Amino acid sequence: MTNVFSERAVDLDLAREHNLSVDEYERMLRIVGREPSLTELGIFSAMWSEHCSYKSSRVWLKKLPTTGPRVICGPGENAGVVDIGDGQAVIFKMESHNHPSFIEPYQGAATGVGGILRDVFTMGARPIANMNALRFGDPKHPKTRHLVNGVVAGIGGYGNSVGVPTVGGETEFHAGYNGNILVNAMTVGIANADKIFYSAAAGLGNPVVYVGSKTGRDGIRGAVMASAEFSGDSEAKRPTVQVGDPFTEKLLIEACLELMATDAIVSIQDMGAAGLTSSSVEMADKGGLGMELDLGRVPQRERGMTPYEIMLSESQERMLIILKPGREKLAEAIFHKWELDFAVIGKLTDTGRLVLRMNDKLYCDLPVRPLVDEAPKYERPWEKTPTPAPLDAAYDLPSAPLDVLQKLIATADLASKRWIWEQYDSLVRGDTVWGPGQADAAVVRVDETTSKAVAITTDCTPRYCVADPVQGGRQAVAEAWRNLSAVGALPLAVTDNMNFGNPEKPRIMGQFAGCIEGMAEACIALDFPVVSGNVSLYNETDGEPILPTPAIGGVGLLDDARRAVGLSLRDGLTLLLVGEPGTGHLGRTLYLREIHGKEMGPPPPVDLAAERRTGDFVRGQIQAGHIQASHDVGGGGLLVAIAEMAMASGIGATLALEEKAGLLFGEDQGRYILATNQPDVVTRAAEQAKVPVRRIGQSQGTALKLGAASVEVAALKQANEAWLPALMAGEI
Amino acid sequence: MQAAVVVFPGSNRDRDAVRALTLVMGRAPHTVWHHATELPKADLIVLPGGFSHGDYLRCGAMAAHSPVMREVRAAAERGVPILGVCNGFQILVEAHLLPGALLRNAALKFSCKRVTLKVETSNSPFLRRYNAGEQIVIPSAHGEGNYFAAPDVVKQLEDDDRVAFRYAHSHNGSVKDIAGILSANRRVLGMMPHPEDAIEELTGGTDGKRLFESIVEAVAQ
Repeated sequence: MTNVFSERAVDLDLAREHNLSVDEYERMLRIVGREPSLTELGIFSAMWSEHCSYKSSRVWLKKLPTTGPRVICGPGENAGVVDIGDGQAVIFKMESHNHPSFIEPYQGAATGVGGILRDVFTMGARPIANMNALRFGDPKHPKTRHLVNGVVAGIGGYGNSVGVPTVGGETEFHAGYNGNILVNAMTVGIANADKIFYSAAAGLGNPVVYVGSKTGRDGIRGAVMASAEFSGDSEAKRPTVQVGDPFTEKLLIEACLELMATDAIVSIQDMGAAGLTSSSVEMADKGGLGMELDLGRVPQRERGMTPYEIMLSESQERMLIILKPGREKLAEAIFHKWELDFAVIGKLTDTGRLVLRMNDKLYCDLPVRPLVDEAPKYERPWEKTPTPAPLDAAYDLPSAPLDVLQKLIATADLASKRWIWEQYDSLVRGDTVWGPGQADAAVVRVDETTSKAVAITTDCTPRYCVADPVQGGRQAVAEAWRNLSAVGALPLAVTDNMNFGNPEKPRIMGQFAGCIEGMAEACIALDFPVVSGNVSLYNETDGEPILPTPAIGGVGLLDDARRAVGLSLRDGLTLLLVGEPGTGHLGRTLYLREIHGKEMGPPPPVDLAAERRTGDFVRGQIQAGHIQASHDVGGGGLLVAIAEMAMASGIGATLALEEKAGLLFGEDQGRYILATNQPDVVTRAAEQAKVPVRRIGQSQGTALKLGAASVEVAALKQANEAWLPALMAGEI
Repeated sequence: MQAAVVVFPGSNRDRDAVRALTLVMGRAPHTVWHHATELPKADLIVLPGGFSHGDYLRCGAMAAHSPVMREVRAAAERGVPILGVCNGFQILVEAHLLPGALLRNAALKFSCKRVTLKVETSNSPFLRRYNAGEQIVIPSAHGEGNYFAAPDVVKQLEDDDRVAFRYAHSHNGSVKDIAGILSANRRVLGMMPHPEDAIEELTGGTDGKRLFESIVEAVAQ
């Protein structure tokens, strides 16, 4: 019998304190075959947490398509990898940092950015762009301003310092997020397709190397914390939040990329959630090997840290590397040049066990494989979300359309987010072609030797998902695909960030199942596979769940960024409405919510065949150079979309549209506004492609004109720009 | 012509500076790590933007004491043209190669936007291809670019025609909207906005390119 030291007895009560269920406790005892040590319990609780094991979501995630002709690496590694030609690959992922950001918004958001950056450069990519998808509570809720301020400062504080441009994102407000905000961060990087680094350990006896920051007592059991509901005591959880240091991250990026240019690395993984525990276990498991570590050699920031603390710390800016034998000196010199810690802390073994020692005492001796393979997997009961009743009334325009427009564009979800994105450096690296607020997707050139670029977007409409998860899941994917097409990019692949409530409730699991079903349908129909992602559950406080929010990060490819179009109107162009005209759908629209005060009805349906036909047509016209500005018709509907194009440049338009609520403010899907100087050419091509097209106006002057009424674009812009600064100044 | 870009730990627009110089000079500049105690022979030294040493202590304060700065100071005394952009400007100020200080932006927030600058003088090797009084658009991205100097120092700068650029619209609280200044010999230029990111039409315009063309032309003569 191995004599494994434990600081205290491990019983069911202690296991429960570690968030393990009775079943999970018993399963752990069977695997260990004796009473586990405290360190071992900590390792089980982290590896089997929802956050690390995906135990509630795995059976559903399998339904998503994850392969395609360009996919080099799908889900399961640190990030997804997609071929973009010329021997290059784009590597990307989105990840949540919801729970910590609610507890401590600056550090929570900052370390969210740091973590996702590491997931991407771990694989050998130079990060070229960051994005984010943020959801806050009611603007009037007493915590909202503090949270917005902290999250935005945290994202900027980290991203600006590491020198990766934050080129776009989305921010929405809804009372459903009062107790649980969402901070989803995405990083996109570029690597040589033949120089991708993976995490599977290999090579018996090879050294296991720790690099980066020292390990401290911050973020201990963060992954476990993030796998439970809040119950009004979130302040008490502050010690589980990690603290970020972007300066060290910047050095770590440069040092890792420098080491990666040599042939010293066998495999590499960042220490993210569950820190040294998940990185060591996952690397050993993927390689089918064992690992022996001397925790006394782990660089430590504080004295007297126990093995339990060292294994469960989520201190930031750390990586675990398996080196080829004899390359230690070379690697050490690089990390010391960048003034980072470097320590050989162990070696690979053929025992298949994770063996941890400190000061010659044995603290852990566990089989690796069961920690991963025998992690619980739940087919949790779920209830289908009831089909929403149709709207009970016509909800006609209460006043002149342009007055409604002016009111609508100054509401929370449509107001300009300039106050946020001007706090992010969107221009560093000098490759930003279209940044925040300029186009439906951000466009970032791959490097200066080429005009090849990637287009990036994040999208989700939770108010649709809550009413009908299947349509909402479809729409989130379709909108991302549409936004990429709207700049002229070929959509490549998706990363998803599934944010939901407590999966132990059948109603929540039903939302999850529905969204996955809709997403899978859309991903298949649009050839838009999921290559990476993250699941964040238990976004509930005192039993109140968030709106189901499957955030989609989409990446597309532009062979020639000079062909990309933004949304800014120019004078003298014809405005075309392209796509199926729809029915003037008002259910779940911003018009219904903001003007009539109702959140009801079904969301607009997504016709995936029409979506594909229309998007392919739009992309073709942009690439042919026929289009000067382009914008999809999204939240707020047609008139809002036209106003957004006008506000981007100050140029107005004279519109020929019937003054009906459904036409002007309905959110029917799969539609674009194209501004062109060749309307006849585009119209003929649309007819050939069997895509409906309608001339809706002409850009000119400085006012939007509809019938006899008109409003100055400058006045619209003033209203649109004023809302968020006023909120943040405490004036709303 | 040879140029050198100094890289400090935490520099992040070093690559942008290298690219701009490569594009304009037709050859890549040297990059020099902050520990260097010798500089390669260079006709131009650039201190790039970023967050040297994480901006900890005070922006540029630690970088100003890097070993390489002894060489930079000696080069400045020999009249070698030196350009400090953003964090580079902060370092030049902390090293007393330029007067004044850069405080937190008046709004206490990081701010990234393309700003309109008024070129105040063309009397410098960095500015000869601009016309005094013309307006140019250059990206700006900083949290601590609020230029401050005592009134007599500002008066001296103005009397000596050493204000290189002003913000056309009040931007970060800088005294007299000063965005960039010159040394007494007009061969050291410190500025907050980023001419190195305004080099190509595709990525935000070319108004910064003439600054690099100016210095290349000046060195050639």
